Order: sequence, then C-alpha cells, then structure tokens
Amino acid sequence: MSVRVRVPTPLRKFTQGVDEVSAQGANIKALVEDLEKNFPGIKERICDETGKIRRFVNVYVNGDDIRFLQNLETALKEGDNISIVPAIAGGC
Amino acid sequence: MSFVRGLQCRECGQEYPKEPLHVCETCFGPLEIVYDYDAIKKSISREKIASRDKNLWRYRELLPIDGEAQAGLYSGFTPLVRARRLGEALGVKELYIKDDSVNHPTFSYKDRVVAVAISKAIEFGFDTVSCASTGNLANAVAAHAARAGLNCYVFIPDGLEQGKIIGSAIYGPKTIAIKGNYDDVNRLCSEIGDKYGWAFVNVNLRPYYSEGAKTHGFEVAEQLGWKLPRHIVVASAGGTILPKLSKGFKELVKVGLVEDTGYKIYSAQAAGCAPIINALQKGTDLISPVKPNTIASSIAIGNPADGYYVLQAVRESGGWGESVTDKEILEAIHLLAQTEGIFTEPAGGTEVAVTKKLIQNGNIPRQESIVISITGNGYKTLEAVAGSVEKPLTITATLENFDALYQQLNPTVTAKAASG
Repeated sequence: MSVRVRVPTPLRKFTQGVDEVSAQGANIKALVEDLEKNFPGIKERICDETGKIRRFVNVYVNGDDIRFLQNLETALKEGDNISIVPAIAGGC
Repeated sequence: MSFVRGLQCRECGQEYPKEPLHVCETCFGPLEIVYDYDAIKKSISREKIASRDKNLWRYRELLPIDGEAQAGLYSGFTPLVRARRLGEALGVKELYIKDDSVNHPTFSYKDRVVAVAISKAIEFGFDTVSCASTGNLANAVAAHAARAGLNCYVFIPDGLEQGKIIGSAIYGPKTIAIKGNYDDVNRLCSEIGDKYGWAFVNVNLRPYYSEGAKTHGFEVAEQLGWKLPRHIVVASAGGTILPKLSKGFKELVKVGLVEDTGYKIYSAQAAGCAPIINALQKGTDLISPVKPNTIASSIAIGNPADGYYVLQAVRESGGWGESVTDKEILEAIHLLAQTEGIFTEPAGGTEVAVTKKLIQNGNIPRQESIVISITGNGYKTLEAVAGSVEKPLTITATLENFDALYQQLNPTVTAKAASG
C-alpha cells in the first residue's frame, strides 16, 4: 500500500529536492517512520522529542487536518494524498 | 539606514539572513525580525517621530525595511477616539476606540501589515504579490499592489460578503475563491507559495508583514501622550496582531519612548470560532482547531497558527479573553454605531462585546483606561446587519404625510407643539 506525500520546501533537503514522494504506512505514525527510513533526519523535523507532531507543523490527509481525524493514529489507505504544511498565520 | 540584524526562529533561536523566509528549517517555528535596539535607542526620539508625516512609517526605525518606504505612505495614524458615550454605556471611566476602520486605503488594520509587506516585496525584487485572506487582507493587498504596479493574486474562501469580494476586484487582481473555509485557503496558499515563487504577504513575507501590526500599538501609545494603555482589547483570528501589539509595547519601553507602566492585553473571539479562547480558559497551551461557524467571517480562522503566541502574550501581561455569540456581536455593532458614530464589521462588534463582558465579569476594572482596537469597517459587511436595522419609512412628498408619520412616531407630542 502506498500513499503520496507532498513535501514542503524546508524538508526538501532530505528528499534531494523532490516535492512529492511515495511512502508506506497503515497510519500517520507508521508513515512518518517510513519516511525516516528513506529520508533519514526527516522525522525529527516533523515530530518533537516526545514523538508528537510539532506545534508549527500541520498534516493533512486528502485535505483534512489530522487533528480533526485521529491525529497520529489516522488510518491511511492506498492512494491517499498527504500534505505536510508549515502552519501559517495572518490573513483576516 | 536599517536597524534589522536578521531573522531568528522564535522557537529554537536559529538565525537566518534577511531573506524572504518564514519558517525555521529546523523546527518549523515562525521567524521573527531581530533589531539592534541599542542603535535604535540612540537614534529615535519622540521629537523626531513628531516631526514626520502622520502615517505608520513615522516609526520606521522599528520596521523591517532597508530603504525608503515604497507603499502605505498614507496608511496608519488612524484616530484614537475618546469614547465617552460608549464608556457611559459600559460603565467605565476612560474608554478609547483605536479606529482602524478608517485606515487608508482599504479601511482595516490590514493596510498596516500590507504597507510593510509590499515595501519589502519591492525591496526583494518580486513582481507578483499574493495572499490568503478572509477579505480585508485581500482588499489591502489588491489596493497596495495596484498603486505599486505589481501583479496580484488574492485567494479567499467562497461565500464572503459582497463588499469584501468587490472591494478586492475593483483594483484588478486575479481573485481566486476556494471552495471551503479560510483554513483550506491557507493550506493551499502555503503550497502555491512554495511552488510559484511569489511574494505571499502572509506566507513567505510573514516575518516582515506581521511587524506592521506593531504600528497600531505605537500609535495608541503616542496618541495617549506617550503612555502605554492600561487595558487593550483586540480580536484574534490567525493571531498576528495581539502578540505584535505586545512586542511593540515592549519595544517602546526598550528604546526609551515610554515608561514601563505595564499593560494588560485581552483577546476577543466569536463563540462560533474560539479556538484560542477555549485554550486560554482551559489553561492549556494546546490549541484544538475548530470548524468556524460565525457571522464574524473576517476572524473565522479555526486553525490559528500564531494562537500559541496569543496565549503567551495574554498570560504574560496578566490579561484575559472572552468569546461572544453572534447575537452579542450584532448588538455591539449597533451599540458602537449609536454611541460613537463608528460603524464596524462583526470583528469589531466582537471586540466591543467582549470588552463589555470583561467589564461585567470584573476582569477589566471600571476606573482604569481601556482601549478597544477596532480593526475593520462595517460598510464592507452590510449583509451582517441588514436584517437588524430599521427599514426606511417611505412616504410620498407631502407635508400632510410627514405630519401623519411624525404623529405615529411620537404619539405623545402634538403636531402643533412639534412645529413649535
């Protein structure tokens, strides 16, 4: 089973500049581990020391924020689109 | 001459050069401008500021541009209105309205941040500017871009008020409405910004852009006779302005323009979109995003990226925050209009209604000075109040008809007495 992951600019140094990669994982947690296996160092940028997604990182599955789903436990299925997006503010 | 030393991550402290960067490569934390305050202190003075034009660039030492200001030469320096009648209605002694509903040229506080962002975009050599917006920011970006002769794309959620849509379109940008709410727009824009290399004022220029918000606070202090306000209430959406007011007040102390008399800062949100107030009142640092459902569309941001810093600034100052229902927001819009002659949008209604609640709950004492920051203009959001104002009384053009109508409106006064 594989999903597509869109990689934001600050993380592309880990993916040799590629902006979209394939990855595996039954849920977000497993997906992050899989990314780390192929792109060593990337996990530390996405997760804090306790393993939680960093405060200023938003993760979306098919456009839905995982905080509205089951966070790291959010289940993934074949062909899902994952976006990792730095939180941005200001825009009223 | 510029006093900017560079950029620094607010979270991990990593330093970066002055470039169009907004996110720390190490921890994704937001980047902040670092100034040389010692040098600023030597250079700036109240007299120097007073000698300059009445626009937001009068505080230029504390703004992140290198050359001359390129945009917003008429923005800022909005009135600080002594609100006696509203103060009486709320039962407080000294109340002021900082009225950014009349900011130039697009009638919201966003003219401040955009003035700085567009100036910076020109310094960086961008030819296209853009933004993700709930409306006011799009209006400001479109107008300032038109005057600067830059290409412009603005991204908004679909379903905004007409005034906000036309208020951008008139300046000739490409307006792209995204099916969804602001948080969907925001997410898409961070991906577009990454790909197209435009100056997204609230994405890759955010560290520069957000500095413009400080000028709202600088002006309040200057207009109070170089004093910090005791209490200041402002709405929170994405969380830009409140932490920047706080930063600005501290800077004024640091460079010797005001005495450190302390201030308390209060956040206002609509009950239908109150992720920051929820966290504040729960006593947590963790902000759970919400799906917005409120008439206050300009502050309907369910996933506020700088919400954490709002909490920090509010708590550090000893302030507080409240949320209010759409009904309370509407009543407050009417109250402000009918006591002070200022017509604000629902975001401003939220600020007034929250102030009222904070006073009633005893969070803000009645004897000390209070500033309400009014950040947007009611003429842009007529739909929000259209159903709650009196309809015109239509008659034919005869004096008899008016006499009859007058009698109807004032049954206890005789027509003769009325004509005096």
